[in-house]
Parts: sequence; C-alpha cells; structure tokens
Amino acid sequence: MSVLLDASTRVIVQGITGREGSFHAEQMQAMGTKVVGGTSPGKGGTTHLGVPVFNTVADAVEATGANATGIFVPPPFAPDAIMEAAAAGINLIVCITEGIPIQDMIRVKDFLRGYPSARLLGANCPGLITPGVGKIGIIPQRLTLPGHVGLVSRSGTLTYEVGSALTASGMGQSTIVGIGGDPVLGMTFTDVIELFEKDPATTHLVVIGEIGGSDEERAAELLGRGTRLKTVAFISGRTAPEGKRMGHAGAIISGNRGTAKSKEEAFRKAGVAVAETTDEIVGLLR
Amino acid sequence: MKLLEYQAKEVLASLGIPIPPGKVARTPEEAAAACAELGPVAIKAQVPVGGRGKAGGIKLAKTPEEARAAAAQIIGMDIKGFKVPLVYCEAALEIEREIYLGFTVDRDARANILMLSAKGGMDIEQVAEESPDSIARLYPNPWRGPLDFELNQLVFKAELGELARPLTSLIKKLYRAIPELDAVTAEINPLVVTKSGDIVAGDAKLEIDENAAYRHKDLEQRFGSMLEGDAFEVEAKKRGLTYVSLDGEIGIIGNGAGLCLSTLDLVQRAGGRAANFCDLGGGAKAEVVENALAVILMNPRVKGVLMNVFGGITRGDEVAKGLVTARDNLKMQLPLVVRLSGTKEEEGRQILKANGIEPEGNAWAAAQKIVQLTRVTA
Repeated sequence: MSVLLDASTRVIVQGITGREGSFHAEQMQAMGTKVVGGTSPGKGGTTHLGVPVFNTVADAVEATGANATGIFVPPPFAPDAIMEAAAAGINLIVCITEGIPIQDMIRVKDFLRGYPSARLLGANCPGLITPGVGKIGIIPQRLTLPGHVGLVSRSGTLTYEVGSALTASGMGQSTIVGIGGDPVLGMTFTDVIELFEKDPATTHLVVIGEIGGSDEERAAELLGRGTRLKTVAFISGRTAPEGKRMGHAGAIISGNRGTAKSKEEAFRKAGVAVAETTDEIVGLLR
Repeated sequence: MKLLEYQAKEVLASLGIPIPPGKVARTPEEAAAACAELGPVAIKAQVPVGGRGKAGGIKLAKTPEEARAAAAQIIGMDIKGFKVPLVYCEAALEIEREIYLGFTVDRDARANILMLSAKGGMDIEQVAEESPDSIARLYPNPWRGPLDFELNQLVFKAELGELARPLTSLIKKLYRAIPELDAVTAEINPLVVTKSGDIVAGDAKLEIDENAAYRHKDLEQRFGSMLEGDAFEVEAKKRGLTYVSLDGEIGIIGNGAGLCLSTLDLVQRAGGRAANFCDLGGGAKAEVVENALAVILMNPRVKGVLMNVFGGITRGDEVAKGLVTARDNLKMQLPLVVRLSGTKEEEGRQILKANGIEPEGNAWAAAQKIVQLTRVTA
C-alpha cells in the first residue's frame, strides 16, 4: 500500500511532447507507472511514447479515465494547466514547474477551493514516488526501495539524499512525497502526514523541513496529538543568515515562527526525534 | 527585486498615491541644492533593507549647509552590509498622525493580506506583538481585489473611520501594485496625515516577485541596475547563478536550496564559517559548475571550497568534469574538498581521482575536512 499513488492510478503528462515532459514521462513509464496519455495543444490525435496525445485535459480524461497528472510546462503556462486539470476532474495534480509567480499561485489556490477533491502537489516540487509501483515527477527510481517508511520533504535534493540513505540501510519506503519549496504551495506537511497515518503499509515517518513559513510547526502540532508512526524530523537552515528584510509586514504576520529553532522545538515538544544532520536520520528511525 | 525608497515612491506616484516632493542626491552638493529648493528636508539613506532609521541613515536638515553635512555622513555609510550609494532628500512633513498600511503574502494562509493600523511608525512590530487587535486585517479575493465595503469595514475596524473616504481610495491604488506589478510586499509606513489634513506616503517599501520578472522587464530596466548590492551577488546574477554572500572563510557549492542550507549547517557544526554559497540547481552541466567555482573564488576571504553534490537529476560525471576544468583554468591553489554521491557517482569519482581530488565518503566528513584544512592555512 501507499499514499496518493498506487497501481490503479492513471496518469497523464501535461506537456508530454516538450523536452522535460517527454524525458520524465519515459522515466515514469520505465518503472511501470500507468501513463495513459498526455496533452499538448495542437498535437491532439498524435501518439507520443506509445500513448495518445490530446489537445485538452478534458479530452484526455474522457478518453482515458485519467485521475492524476504530472505538469511539465513552463512557468507562464503552468498556473492555467493546474486549473485546467482540476476543472477536468483530475484528483491528483503534481506540478513540477519551477519559477511560477506567487500571485499566480495565490489565484490558483483560490480557484482550487471550488474543486475540493483535487489535490495539488507543488509547484516547484520533485513529485512523488511509490517504490516498485510508479511515480509522477522526477524522483529517481533507483534511489528507492519498497517498504514502510513514509518520507515527506520540502527540499528536492535532500529528498533524494535521505531516500537513498534509507534504501542503502535496507529501510524501504511506502511513498516519498516532495511537497516543494515555494512560499505558496498545494499540499502541506499536515495533509501528507494525515494520509500516511491512515495508510496501513506505513509504519515510520521522516519529515524534512526547512526554514520559513510555519507548516513544520503545524505538522509538529498534529503529531503531538498522537501518532502511530515512528517519526524523525530534520530541519535545514539552522545557521542560515537572517534574510535581509524590508518592511514590517512579514514580521507582523509571522512573529517568531519560521526559524529552524522554532521548528525543532515544536517537534521535540511533540515527542518527535529531531536529527541534527541528515546522516543521523536512519539511526534515529530504527 | 527590492526597490529603493525613491524608486518605490516613483511607482506609488504612478499609481496615484500622493508622495512628498523629493530629490535624489549622489553628492553632498546635490543634497545642499535639493534643500535650497525644497526647504527643510529629511536626508534618507537609500538601501534595500529595513532598519536604516535606527542605524543613523536618516537625518533632518533645515539649511543647505546642514543638508550637505548630513549627506556627507550618510553617503558611503554601511547599513546592514549595504554601502549607501545615494540619499533621497525629501521635504519635511508637518505630521499630525502616522498610520500603518501594508500588503504582503501570508504564506500560511496562501493568500495576500492587507493590514491597516492607526498606530503606524517605527514600533509597529511591537504593536503587533502587544496589541495584535489594533491591526485590522483583510484577505482580498485574488481575482477581483478588495471590494469597497470590505475596505470600509477594514478602515472602521482600525478605528480610522473619520478617514474612510480618502483611505479606501488610497488602499485601492496601493492594491494595484499586486495584480499589475506582482508586488509581494507593498508597504507604506508611516502613511502620514499632515497638519493640513493631507494623506501622503512618508516611506515606501516595494518588493517585486523575482519569478514574475519576465512580466516586468520595464521595472528591471528602470531600477534594476541601481540596486547596488553585494558585488559578488551582482556578478553571480549576471551568470545566472543562485549565490549568497556570507561572512566566513569557506566557499560552498551545492545543488538544491535544502542541500546548500544543510551544508552550511554542517560547516558551522564542524567549527567553520561559510564565506558564501552557490546553488547549482537541478541538472547542472559542467559549464554551470565552472561558473560557480569562478564566482565563489572571486571573494578574497575564501580560504577553501567545499562542494557537496547529491545527484538526483544532476549527473556526477558532469559535475566532476566541470569542477576539474574550472580548478585548472582558474589555477586554484586553495584546499578543495568534494563529496559527490547519487547519479553517476562512480564515474564522477573516477574523474576526480584521476585529477588528484580524493572525494569524501559523506557530507559530514567533508565538512570536517574543509574546516580542518582552512584552519591550517589560516
């Protein structure tokens, strides 16, 4: 078992004929992901990587019964691609695109309130992978191993690093979820942890956070209310210089939250082990 | 992109928000001339960072002589790492009261927030802590912006009802900076009510989303080159690199923001301090690595370099090739420690070894080694 992505997930790739979309769609197929089609406006009716290409997501959903999508289109077009997927009835929208303007994402988040069954992962995230089953996004399959650790992370590279350390020590993963590093995101730590909590195949949890925002603090609160998952948290950026801030608005709304110290304390208070370096994570999880 | 005060005010004025008369001065003489023309002025350091008032970057001048002296003191001053390139000489205001008005992104709410308070001025953060209710807040719908009645409610909630008409009209103008300019912060503090009853922007902070720069090339052209920050950061930006200057002695190259941050943490844990770091991003080719090393080494404080790369999409052999080429081209003599894992790590390590670089097994060992090597040479 797993969260978000299992053997029944039918995936399309938005931007499947583009360089990035094409490369990663092929990688997704190579590990057995059910890629049922893709979109590329104007290229509807053609075939790419052995799957049908459609002009619109609505067409793709109607013809293939797709319920998930991976978005690989450039930043000026990605916000519309996310909304198009939600409007077409897609339940899991994974947006890999990096560099989307914040105001566009704020409008997208507001739009998605009208589609409560659509879950957005990202943008600016590596996506997710259920080892041995499939993936949407760019997490390399060979770093992973099927198993029982749920891994949720804001950072791409640290996800790879920790995933690979778990694999090397024989601790497989149920699902690895990269939520992304942008200030305005789709799913949060809390959303993903709630799914792991309900997944019988997941027994352990690793949370990789970083400075900024207070999603880690909220995740700590959730875990503090009780969890069956043996959990380790790691926060990067404890020695990062304070941002050179202009204006008071940020400080008024965030107060003292957002620092590595605040996040680590929140996890410790919740009874969660905190790793000081990524090398310590595996040992603490055993 | 963080605009300087005078640039932000130019933008506010173009949105229809009243600003006091003012002039930019690059020399004490220009400041004296500005005062002769405008009368008593505030001489204000122009730096893209808050806290300049408390750092001595704002002085009042009644006469051209005083303006000359104040400008001579402030120009060239260092404020939080920024050398003051010029001052803004602004006609002094007869202040009746100070209001706080600011828009920013509330990342937890995934929305824009508008805040208004009758208790404006330098101590607004203290106000926020001690009496949060005295700051009225509104999350405007991002598709249509704030409606009149919402702004009216906000103004009365902030106990500024007697100014309802002029304030709602001004807030609507400021809000335009969000959809039209992709502002992520637009703040006027203080928003000054003068003794004659006018409402003008006493200060202005405007930050434009870097991700939206492609929509605002005009702003970048008008103001971008004026934002004199750290010279190394400017050079790195020209080369398309993500680079941050710090104040230690070890240069750091990593891939991905999270990995770079955790590498800084490891170096500090090992007893060293980072001079700077450069994020290669995802899928970096050899050329990017060459550029990164060149920029890292421009800073003369760098006594050694630590490269920590974990290849997911990035290929170890590409990184190793780029590093070796850059080291040879730059004739680098300083200690260089490398940790390289992930995709094509074996090929990458072979290239490093063939060129006299012995890669470290893990990031923590690499951090300890570079700290030790830079101590010896220090």
